[in-house]
Amino acid sequence: MKLVFLQTDILIYCLLLVIGLYIWRARGKAHLAAPWRKVARRPAAMASAMVLLAFVIVGLLDSVHFREPLSNQKPGVTEYSLEIVSLLDKLLTPLRKHNEKTYSAPLATRLFAMETIEQPDGRIARAYPRLQYGGAELGATPKGYARDIGRLTLKGTLLALLLWLALTTALSTWLTQHRNLGWRALWRGEAELPWRAILFTLGVLLWLVCVTWAIAPHYHLLGTDKVGQDVLYQALKSIRTGLVIGTLTTLVMLPFALWLGVMAGYFKGWVDDVIQYIYTTLNSIPGVLLIAAAVLMMQVYMDIHKDAYNSITERADVRLLLLCLILGVTSWTGLCRLLRGETLKLTEMEYVQAAQAFGVSHWKIMSRHILPNVMHIVLITVTLDFSALVLAEAVLAYVGVGVDPTMNSWGNMINSARLELAREPLVWWPLAAAFVFMFALVLAANLFADAVRDAFDPRAE
Amino acid sequence: MIAYLLRRMLYAIPILLGVNVFIFILFFAVNSPDNMARIQLGMKHVTPDAVAKWKHEHGYDRPLFFNGPAPGAGKFTETVFFHKAVPMFAFQFGAADDGRDIGQDIKTRMWPSLVLAVPVFLIGLLVNITFALILAFFRATYIDFGGVVLCVAMMSISGMFYIIGGQFLVSKLLHLVPISGYQGGWDAFKFLVLPVAIGVIGGVGSGTRWYRTIFLEEIGKDYVRTARAKGLAERVVLFRHVLRNALIPILTGAVVVIPTLFMGSLIAESFFGIPGLGSYTIDAIRSQDFAIVHAMVFLGSALYILGLLLTDVAYTLVDPRIRLA
Repeated sequence: MKLVFLQTDILIYCLLLVIGLYIWRARGKAHLAAPWRKVARRPAAMASAMVLLAFVIVGLLDSVHFREPLSNQKPGVTEYSLEIVSLLDKLLTPLRKHNEKTYSAPLATRLFAMETIEQPDGRIARAYPRLQYGGAELGATPKGYARDIGRLTLKGTLLALLLWLALTTALSTWLTQHRNLGWRALWRGEAELPWRAILFTLGVLLWLVCVTWAIAPHYHLLGTDKVGQDVLYQALKSIRTGLVIGTLTTLVMLPFALWLGVMAGYFKGWVDDVIQYIYTTLNSIPGVLLIAAAVLMMQVYMDIHKDAYNSITERADVRLLLLCLILGVTSWTGLCRLLRGETLKLTEMEYVQAAQAFGVSHWKIMSRHILPNVMHIVLITVTLDFSALVLAEAVLAYVGVGVDPTMNSWGNMINSARLELAREPLVWWPLAAAFVFMFALVLAANLFADAVRDAFDPRAE
Repeated sequence: MIAYLLRRMLYAIPILLGVNVFIFILFFAVNSPDNMARIQLGMKHVTPDAVAKWKHEHGYDRPLFFNGPAPGAGKFTETVFFHKAVPMFAFQFGAADDGRDIGQDIKTRMWPSLVLAVPVFLIGLLVNITFALILAFFRATYIDFGGVVLCVAMMSISGMFYIIGGQFLVSKLLHLVPISGYQGGWDAFKFLVLPVAIGVIGGVGSGTRWYRTIFLEEIGKDYVRTARAKGLAERVVLFRHVLRNALIPILTGAVVVIPTLFMGSLIAESFFGIPGLGSYTIDAIRSQDFAIVHAMVFLGSALYILGLLLTDVAYTLVDPRIRLA
């Protein structure tokens, strides 16, 4: 196995590092830890944090890429497959490999379209052909379909129940020993954290995961798409794209917004004029047009430098990163303006003026005295922007300036399934899958962002 | 006041100039006029003569920003930038890269965009204010809580879902209105009902929630307490005092988008086949027509700046305490 580090992977690891550092720093500081404790006390916030965590785990599993050794090895040299796969791909091998011919409905055993098939006795008939993988154990004429589905669901449910009970027991034992909280107190919601909401969400998530785990290898839980690929697999792979766009974009825009905003507010005068001019100009260009123009430019650039990429995966990845860059560069203006306003206010405060009177350098005042005091605005904006960016991806894919068409993303799923709505009967499952996954992620992010805003915004009392 | 407005209008010129420079750099940083000619003429079998001819016809045969050999001021005026960007300030958009007159296109396509965008804006404003007022009236009850949860859920749904779902439900299952298309005159009504309804529904979540916070902020103020202390009914307090004062931030916030209504909605117009400026822009993006994208960017920026100006004026009109100087 040979590890491959895509560019977005590296940035994701960097992001993890930054978050880790932040947590490590915030633990010791009361003024940073207190608002987070406030967030943790909200049941809705903790429930959505669990959902977000599930998405993040899938996204991280999908961010460890490698190339597998080829099966027919020459002795002495190890050769690796050109295909780049991720840990998630490995986990989902049955879903990835079980490709049918074309559309099939969720949990179907037959294809969606009629075909002319030759029967064993030589006659030609029009029928719905049997799926190659969907319910393969049931034989050529699927018998006991309902019982099989029921059996698998039950298996998943039992497993989920066992796991949940084990986790709950472990948790309550730990809490009893270390926090002196019995399970009764947990149940009545007397603990500081809303354990009921957390455990309930955990239960629902476990049930979904276990039932999927039980059914997915045998059936196409969410059907297959036009080229017969499993829709569930596509939707799961799209999680990484959505998360990357939602997080890396803000990571890219942060330095711009932070420094320009703080500098404009601190130095005032001509620096302020120049920075204000820049962001008013950028802001006045209609967002989608600006993104479209930049993406068109990027496409031309990538066409000219076609040979720089070894594989489709790498090219799509570079394109994703550039898209994040573009979105970041076009969207930093709002945060910049907020920071400028806040800095203008802060520079009038006594402690900043005292620092100036002592002759502390501008750089030090900005980084030591102003920056930490505007961080709550940054945090609130970043969490609020996340869901908007995830939703924007779908719109950009529709306009034709989104991620690479070969990359799995909810926008691409919607875009390719949109045309199939005219079919009779309707092919609804790729659309529904994309919308439901997107909805779950965005709703969780919105609820969490709300809690963060309430906890960190000093005006929200 | 007039001096202020004049100064603001003069201030708009460097911004619009900046927009032009930016969009030029963006487009020509990697994409040369030769490339554009080849794309427009079709990639195969393009002779250098044909490229030169196309560039001459469309005015791309000059240097981009700086013409060294030209005499005097011609160093700056005999450039693609000068010839393409300066006429924009007089709203002369010139011809598209495929030869059509952009100004004419904008004039005809403006109306369908407006017919869609203005009702969405007005009805949306009315609906959002009504819902927000209801939630504010029932504040801190289960109705309020449920309403906010519903708002957050509606905000979390992709705008495309509303469009696709609406088209499927209303047009395909119930056959109430055509799925897409457009006709002038009164026939436009049946084509517009669904897009307008979806536009309003799509905006209800964020709008209601935003206005609710404005109402709640207003309700917490001292004059409201005074009004209650006088013994006024909650209904009177809400409508006569809170609503009027809350309308100041709501309306001034809404004014900024009024000019940009001209630009139409990219996604809705394209999905519903309405020949407005939004679908015009999308088509231009897809066919990489620089002239149209350039014109639309300029128009959008100019309208945005106009919106900011109108916001300032609106503030002085609704709040006599504010004076522009």
